[in-house]
Amino acid sequence: MREITRHALFWPVAALIALLVANTVYRPDFLAVTVLDGHLFGAPIDILRNAAPLMLVALGMTLVIATRGIDLSVGAVVAISGALSLSFIATSPDPGSVSTVLLAIAIALGVSLVLGVWNGFLVSVVGIQPIIATLILMTAGRGIAMLITEGQITTVTSAPFKTLGSGFWLGLPVATLVAGGVFLLVALLTRRTALGMLVESVGINPAASRLAGVKARTIVWTVFALSGLFSGLAGLILASNVMAADANNAGLFIELDAILAVVIGGTSLQGGKFSLSGTLVGVLIITTLTLTVTIVGISPLVTPLFKALVVIAVTLLQSPRIRETFAARARQRAARPEEVAA
Amino acid sequence: MAAVAPEQSTTGSPGPSRPRPQESRLRAIARRLRIDRRYMPVVGTFVVLALILVIGGARYENFLSAGVLANLFINNSFLIVLAVGMTFVILTGGIDLSVGAVLALSAVSAAYLLDAGVPAAVVLPAVVLIGSVIGLLIGLMVHVFDVQPFIATLAGMFFARGLCFVIAPESIPITDETFVAIAGWDTWVGGQWRMTSSVVVSLVVVALAFFLLHYTQFGRTVYAIGGGEQSARLMGLPVARTKVLVYVVSGTCAGLGGLLFAMYSRSGYSLTGVAMELDAIAAVVIGGTLLTGGTGFVLGSVLGVLVLGLIQTIITFEGTLSSWWTKIVIGALLLVFVVLQRVLTLRRT
Repeated sequence: MREITRHALFWPVAALIALLVANTVYRPDFLAVTVLDGHLFGAPIDILRNAAPLMLVALGMTLVIATRGIDLSVGAVVAISGALSLSFIATSPDPGSVSTVLLAIAIALGVSLVLGVWNGFLVSVVGIQPIIATLILMTAGRGIAMLITEGQITTVTSAPFKTLGSGFWLGLPVATLVAGGVFLLVALLTRRTALGMLVESVGINPAASRLAGVKARTIVWTVFALSGLFSGLAGLILASNVMAADANNAGLFIELDAILAVVIGGTSLQGGKFSLSGTLVGVLIITTLTLTVTIVGISPLVTPLFKALVVIAVTLLQSPRIRETFAARARQRAARPEEVAA
Repeated sequence: MAAVAPEQSTTGSPGPSRPRPQESRLRAIARRLRIDRRYMPVVGTFVVLALILVIGGARYENFLSAGVLANLFINNSFLIVLAVGMTFVILTGGIDLSVGAVLALSAVSAAYLLDAGVPAAVVLPAVVLIGSVIGLLIGLMVHVFDVQPFIATLAGMFFARGLCFVIAPESIPITDETFVAIAGWDTWVGGQWRMTSSVVVSLVVVALAFFLLHYTQFGRTVYAIGGGEQSARLMGLPVARTKVLVYVVSGTCAGLGGLLFAMYSRSGYSLTGVAMELDAIAAVVIGGTLLTGGTGFVLGSVLGVLVLGLIQTIITFEGTLSSWWTKIVIGALLLVFVVLQRVLTLRRT
């Protein structure tokens, strides 16, 4: 039992289960999944689908935070990527063709990658603190997205592009499959190769890892580039969900949600260690929470309040001081029976 | 108490003790002008400010009029107050993301309480106190539970923003006579320079902050923590108390900012001040304060706010430029300043 409660993911998973239980109590058919038109339907599937963009952004964020960085620009990249792809499709002669959509996706992802590389350049080569380096793109990025859409909310009809956000494949949402695929890829890359360890070593001490032969600069650059790329992908999914490029509101506050998800999942902002499965749980908690608020009938505008409460609870439970108090109490309890035996 | 009297010894000495092979031209100029290196970033901000004024004055008629410049202070009084509070936090090496939401909470509470018939004499201090309390809670989270400032203030931001919607999802107009009278009060300095009550309050806050930072033990401790928390603790400075207090200062400033915003807009709306914390941080950075802490000035932050405000003014004057250019220009300016700061700090180490 103590093994379980001591596991790093115990509190986040407990919070997620508590949320799901609360929902089921409120609406007994909450966890029911039915098959309709050959697709799976139900609240759990909704959660998985709504979680996809946040999952992608949070994946990149996890890696960036593991190197002791932070990426505030992801929301702006989401907006730029959505604006670029939809504007391209809208101006193309044949918005419904697959080749147009693929080209639009390629352009949006390419630009997102470039933006990520730009952040990486500022952090690893110029040596600016990550929070400020990415603040620059966060501020300017939405302006750039507005420039692309010319301040309009571009609406587009394109069946192939719509598939990305609202389509189903093998009964599951395409968005979920994309995010799941990227998650597995990153997990394999970081945990089955040395990459994850190198990322952590850079997070613990960049100078020492450089002296030990780790290309710290390249690693930092890579994680920022990946964060940009994943945010671009998230932007595509979000854009295809609503089929409208809204430069002002697309991905608004997604950087904060992503950072929350990462922190709830037990990855420390101090860098040096990260947990992809923790981030997954964090993302699911935030998405479930958002859905819960809607289901219970509270105005979605109040959601931030609940997010704040979850964050405060989880971070306080993970804080060293409370852990020590718990550990001290557990030690006392463990010591008492021994005295009796002696 | 009088032991810290010889102030020059702390500022002037590091130069000669470390000889440098090459004197850069910039430094040579600075030396000729007798500018301490610590003031260089602020001087940079001042140069940019002057440059914008010159460009604006050359391009548009009436740009350099007292009316436009007075409006600059009137329209940005709440941002000045926010930036002053943010300066304290950033000087210790922390960051406060909650100020925009706390500003909204304070403005919404003010409108709600006045609407409910609570007298203005109670409401005014109460809403400022709301900011202080949230700042205190954040400070305790940061200090006692060792939560990173980024996360603690992020939680504070979500908390305050959520509370706004709980109190009032819709905009509440303020019609209370006393409040409107205070908000509408203004005076003409020199016959041409209009100062509203908000401007007076913001200038008093700046003066108070300047005094706190440079003439009290609290201020010196703030700088010391930013320079090195461990060293500050070993010196026996009250690090714990100061670290909590800077968030209280920032929260109080945000509460006061909300009050000024309510005066400015004569209403309280839950969605005010979204992303305003970024404007405040940008102003502080453009004003020459290093985000690593320990270096920077309150007056620099005020200059930073004025630079942001002037960019907005220029884009309004230009007319054909769309509003989103503001964001792009501010981003570009941030980039220039941050790179400049980086170059300056590189040269120092």
